[in-house]
Order: sequence, then C-alpha cells, then structure tokens
Amino acid sequence: MAVHPPPYRPEGLADDPYDAAEDAPATVTLPRLGWTGSLRWVWRQLTSMRVALMLLMLLAVVAVPGSVFPQRPRDPASVAAYLRDNPSVGPWLDRLGFFDVYASPWFSAVYVLLFVSLIGCIVPRLRVHLRAVRAAPPRTPRNLARMPSHRELTTTASPEAVVDAARTVLVGRFRLLPRFRVVTPDEVAGVRTVSAERGYVRESGNVLFHLALVGLLVSIATGQALHYRGQAIVVEGRGFANAVTDYDTFEAGTAFDPRSLVPFTLRLDRFTATFTADAAARPRDFVADVTVKDAQGEHKETIKVNHPLSAGAANVYLQGNGYAPDVLIRDADGNIAFSGPVPFLPQDAQYRSKGVIKVPDVTSGDQIGLVGFLLPTAVISAQGASSIYPQPDNPMLVLTVWKGDLGLDDGVPQNVYELDARGMTQVLDTDGKPSTLLVAPGQTVDLPDGLGTLTWSGLPRFVALDLRHDPSLPWILGFAVAALGGLVLSLFTPRRRVWLRVTSVDGRRVVAAAALARGDDLGLDAELDRVVAAVAALEPDPHQEGQDDEPR
Amino acid sequence: MSLGELSTLLVWGAATAYAIAFVAFAVDLARLADDRVGERVEAESVAVGTAGASAAAGSTVVAERPMPVPPTGPRRRRAAGIAMATTTAGLALHVAGTVLRGLAAGRVPWANMYEFSLVGSLVAVTTFLVLCRRRDVRFLGSIVIGLALVALGLGLARFYIPAAAVEPALQSYWLVIHVSIAIIATGLLTVSFAASALQLLKDSRDAGSPHLASRHWRPLDALPSTRELEALSFRITAVGFVLWTFTVMAGAMWAEHAWARYWGWDPKEVWSFVVWVVYAAYLHARTTRGWSGRRAAWFVVIGYATVLFNFTGVNLFFHGLHAYSGLTTGTPK
Repeated sequence: MAVHPPPYRPEGLADDPYDAAEDAPATVTLPRLGWTGSLRWVWRQLTSMRVALMLLMLLAVVAVPGSVFPQRPRDPASVAAYLRDNPSVGPWLDRLGFFDVYASPWFSAVYVLLFVSLIGCIVPRLRVHLRAVRAAPPRTPRNLARMPSHRELTTTASPEAVVDAARTVLVGRFRLLPRFRVVTPDEVAGVRTVSAERGYVRESGNVLFHLALVGLLVSIATGQALHYRGQAIVVEGRGFANAVTDYDTFEAGTAFDPRSLVPFTLRLDRFTATFTADAAARPRDFVADVTVKDAQGEHKETIKVNHPLSAGAANVYLQGNGYAPDVLIRDADGNIAFSGPVPFLPQDAQYRSKGVIKVPDVTSGDQIGLVGFLLPTAVISAQGASSIYPQPDNPMLVLTVWKGDLGLDDGVPQNVYELDARGMTQVLDTDGKPSTLLVAPGQTVDLPDGLGTLTWSGLPRFVALDLRHDPSLPWILGFAVAALGGLVLSLFTPRRRVWLRVTSVDGRRVVAAAALARGDDLGLDAELDRVVAAVAALEPDPHQEGQDDEPR
Repeated sequence: MSLGELSTLLVWGAATAYAIAFVAFAVDLARLADDRVGERVEAESVAVGTAGASAAAGSTVVAERPMPVPPTGPRRRRAAGIAMATTTAGLALHVAGTVLRGLAAGRVPWANMYEFSLVGSLVAVTTFLVLCRRRDVRFLGSIVIGLALVALGLGLARFYIPAAAVEPALQSYWLVIHVSIAIIATGLLTVSFAASALQLLKDSRDAGSPHLASRHWRPLDALPSTRELEALSFRITAVGFVLWTFTVMAGAMWAEHAWARYWGWDPKEVWSFVVWVVYAAYLHARTTRGWSGRRAAWFVVIGYATVLFNFTGVNLFFHGLHAYSGLTTGTPK
C-alpha cells in the first residue's frame, strides 16, 4: 500500500514519536534518570505505538471472559452454581480469577501497562506539541510543483498585494482566531513567500483525549475509594434511617468515613406497580411514594426506576419490589410470638414469591419456621399451586411447617430468606406427607402439632432501595466530555499547509502556490483554489501601490 | 388493520424493494467489471505504441493522486439506475414503516431487537444514499443493501414482536439519546465495514490471490483503488467511532440513573467496551508503521464482527440487564 512516502510528517505527529526521536536526538524526551540501557529499551518499547496497539488488542481479548463466565460482584449465586456444576474446571478458573475478571491481576496488568504506555507516549508528545504550537509555519519548499496540490498563475498586482490577499483569505474572518497561522518571509531579494499552517488543534485534541482518559481512570479509582452503597428493604408504612447499621447490606470504599453519612430518614408511604393485562404481565410502571425527613424538614417524594431520589448527598434508587405478608403468630401458650411483615422474594414474572417466617421467641417448646410461597393470584390445580398474575387478585400463602432450633441464638449470621434446616424437623401429616397450610388474607389457621396459630392480617408491598454516593461522578462526567471533545478535534480537524512564492518576471508576478495535507484530505484542493482565486481576483486592479501599510 | 400491522406490511415492502435493488446492484457491478476489462485492453494496446509518453503520463497520475471518484463507464449504468430507484423507494417504505411502528407503540421505535434491526438498517441505507449524493459510491450498494436486507429479514423472521409500550427500565429520555446514537453508529460502521471488506478483497485480487483470480471476482477491478477505499472506510469509521464513544458514555449515564452504577460489566457493557477498544486499535493501527492499509482494514472487519455480536449474540446468549429483545420474559426487576 505504501506506494508514496508519507508526504510530510510534522514532528509530534510522527507515526511513532520515538522512531522520530531516534533520528533527531534533540527531541529525545525520555526521562534522564540514569537508567541502564535495557531499562531504557523496555521503556522505549512500552511507549511505542506498536506495543500500545498490542496492549489495546490484548485489552479487548481479556475483557471477553467477563461476559462468558458468571462474575462474582454481579451474580455470586451463578458463580456458586457454576462451581457446583463444574467441580473439575471451576476451582481452577476461580484461582485464575475468571469469576472476577475485572479485578484479576491479568486484566489489571493489561490496563495498567496500557495507561503507563499512554502516559509515556503522550507526555513527550505534549511537549513536542507545545513547541510546535509556538513555532512558525515551515519554510516554503523550493519546488512547489512537486506538491500533491499545486497551481501557478501570473498577475500584474504587486507582490505585497498578492501576499496580503493570500494572508487575508488564509486568516479568515476572525483575526484573533485565525484559520491559518501565516508568516510572509522574504526569501531572497525580490522573492516573497507565504507559508501558512492550520490544524494545530488536531494534536491538541489528541493530547486532550488521552490525558482525559488518564483523568477518567484516576476519577474512577478515587470514586471507588470514597463511594458507599447501601441496600435496604423497606415495607409500606415503614422506613429507614441513613446509618450504616440500618442497611441490610452496606459496602464502602477504603477511604470512606461513616461520619460522612448525611442524616435523613425515609418512609415508604405507598408502592404502586402496573402490569400489562395479558398473561405475560409485562411490567409497565413502578412508583414508590416516600416521605423524606432531613435538615430541610419533611417532604413527599416519588422514586421510579429511572428517577432516583436525591437525599443526603446520595441517590436513592428503586431496584426491586415484592410483597411482605403481614402475619401474627401465637405460640402454643396463646402468647404473641411474632408479628409483622415478612418480605417474600419474587421468583418469576407472576411474583410467585418465596419466603421464610422465623419465629424464635416462643414462650415454651420448639421454635417455629414457616417456609413457602406467596401467590398473588393463586390457582390451585392437580399439579399444585401457582400464580397467574403479579397483582394481588387472589392472594394465598402456601406454607410448610418446621419446628426445632432455628440456629439464630449462636450468633452466626443467617440468610433471612432461607431456613437453616439443620436443627429443624419438618412437621408431617398423619399420611407422612409434609403438613401444608393454605392461608387466605384475614384468615387465622391452626399450626399443626399444636404449635399455635397464624393470622394473615395484610399484604403490604416492599421495595428494595439502593442508596449510593460517589463523589467522583462530576469528575468522571467532566473527563468523559473532555475525552469526547478531544476525540472529535483530533479526528475531524484537517491539518493543512499552504505555500505561495511570488517572483517577478518581466514586470509580471509569477505566483506559485501549493498545499499539503496530512493524510487524505478532500478539502485540500478547494482550500488552495480559494487562495489562488483571491490572488487571481487582483489582476484587473492596475494600482500596484494600493496598500500603504507594510505587511507584518 | 392496526397501525402496528400496517407498519409490518410496509417493512415487508421495503425488504422486497431492497431485494430487487440488491440484484440490480450486483448486475451493475458485473457490467462495470466487463466494461473495465474492455477499457484496460484498449489502454494496453495504446501503451504499447507510445511507451515513453505513457510512462510520463503514469507519473503524473501518481503525483496528482486522483480523488476517490470511482470510474464511470462510457455506457449508461442502467442497472445502477434501477438499483438506486428501488433503494430510494424501499427507503421511503422503510421510513413509513418505522414511523408507524413508533406511533403504534407510543414511543420511539427502537426498544427491542426487531426495532433495532429496523432502524439500524434504515440508518445504513440512509448513510449510503447520502454518500451517493456527494460522490459515486454506488459500488458499495450490493454490500450495504445486502446487509440491510439480512438485518430486515432476520428482524421480521426471528426477532419480531408486536408493537407495545416498554417496561419501566426503558422509560427514559435516554432511550431516545443512547439507543438512537448507538443505532446510527451501527449503521455507519456497517458502511465502513463494506468499504474495508471490498478493500481487502480487491487488495488480495490485485496481489494475485489464486482464490480471487476467477472471473467471478472481476467486479473488484471496477472498484476505486484500495487506497481510496481505505480513505472512505476511515472517514466513516471515524464518525462511527465518535458516535460509539458517545453511545458508551450516554449508556453509562443512563445506567447511573437506572441501575445505580455507571459501569457494571454487564455483558452488553463488556462488548460495547470491546467494540470501542477494537476500533480504537484500528485508529492506532492506521498511524503505526507497518500496520496501515491491509492490516488496519482487518481491524474494521473484526470491529464490525464485535458490533454484530454485541447486537445479536449478547442479547441471545448471555443473561444481562440489556435483555431487551422482548423474545423471552425476564424476571421482574
């Protein structure tokens, strides 16, 4: 493909700044720290275009496993399932970090090397560019006819008029923001030249883009250190306070300070869910009406899926919802052993929800565990009970009963949605099948084995709220916008050089003009035509001394 | 007949028009190749007579570097005319079908895979027709229209779901911004892929590849030079890359709104990142000594493969948050 040698390569825009640096030691910008030659060689390799290219390709490749294998931060349950299903290969993949690819040493190594390469490449380029920005456009080449785009014309106008006309058209309308930087040196006596260059912004954009990427990475890392995220399940009519202890799960970066939590409380007044009326029951709208109490007082707010609520320097997101049947359980002695809503987690689109009611505080005898499903629109058939619609049109609780020791007293944290069956025995009917309770709202049923009674008093909904604070967000946005702007400048700014040489031959002026672009440039000929046309337009004007001010 | 059904009918009409245009473009390319062979034979016979003059002329041609204007044969290209007319008619039906789809669903018509293929192919065809107004790139027609045809066919046959409103996660103005720009980027990258694929084929044929030596590949001779194809592909890819960068950024902002994190390595995010990195590598390859030209063109091919996989594979094979095909019922979030 490389039929022609590249027409021109401004310093700093060389294909590989370090290759160029080898030719011209004056522009070597490697750190002079007295490193050994091999270290210098490694550094030079690392910051070369070729290695940057390799690292980019490598980055694309090492990112892929994260979409193929389940990832622990996103879906720990799937990772556990994968390890269970693949006992031979799974542990090895786990050891090699395939279940947390984006925190694995090999993924980190690639992007860290890439960024080191980027910085090592862009900082010298920045220096070169800063020099180039201050420099004058290059001298007019001797033979303009050898340029890819060139014109020649003769005119009777004075050399000064020609130079001025060219300068005016090259500088453009805004003198403070010239299209071209123009210098008009005298070559030898009687020969005037114009050399002009535009497109410095291209390299500025390039440098800006790469530096913005560094800024982006630093902001993300800072955000990781300072952020916090808490999750809370809130039942209608209840609330929570913004305190580490009030969240069901809470994680924060290493530099997070718990005192930085801005105090506020939030109460869920009402949650409304809308679904399509057909059997698929696609969700259409989820709205949580809440009351927030903070330094400004009490105010009503709504949270929707795409509309998080701003509260206490953090955002509160609606991440899930379900039902929390409100139950009251009396033990064998008739004392209230448990009362309150119990969140049941939806398992499918019809909100067949799974949950556990743990009753440790019985007056005497065994502790009670009730395990089963909530069916919002229950249909009982020969195959069993199922839900056919997510709205509570015919709600029903289907529970099996366990008794014994719930294992809550030994201080080991438990999953509230799972029953630890080790100390429990399932209560069976006389026919040996598990004793199953079918409960409708408002109903009170007797628990088997004389364990007590259960009253289902209501069916409030719950929402899963995610509360997050990340102080780096404005920085990330700023750097992202800077990167995008730099990218646009570096890709779409044409780099052009235009030269004119005015020589006097027999009382007429011969004007040779040429233009050169970096890469393919569709507008180059038109650019040169504009300049030439401006000069040609001078011809009918015979007054050669029209300008009294000397150019420059 | 409801608006949604009418929309589907119009899209079928567009697909039919594109099918005709595809055949016509292919015929045109074949004719062009025949003309080219004829010209070359004449040119060679002239060159034998005036060897010195032709050598001088040759050097002039090299120095002037002709702008990428593909050759227009001396004959009128009737097949190309038919192809352009049917493409334009197809585009009109396509636009009407897409607008009606949006009206039927009561939202912007790009919220599931069927609609994505619908609008993606619309952008590709529009890009092609706009390029055609500025210069003669009709040689790209068979590839662009062919890909649009495949996209529409797949959409209608495999991804189709009736027009309906969207779930809460998609109810956001970001659906308009993020997804539309993603689709436009995809359409542009489709066109640049077409140019790069032709560049690679032509380059191989010029280099005397035995696989491409047969006369079936003669249409390649009618194309502009590989250098011009490279330049064309780069210009479109540059725009596509900027739009893709914007897509990823806008996606991160939407994710911050909807899912409480700007980046979570969801499969769609992973593959959007991979697409971005591959095209970034392409831009670097173009300016790396020894990697420009043919090797760089392979990056466009690989990049486009990742674009296609990001659109189809990620939705169909992986379970992520971007499961918007509407083909299966997801669990309630």
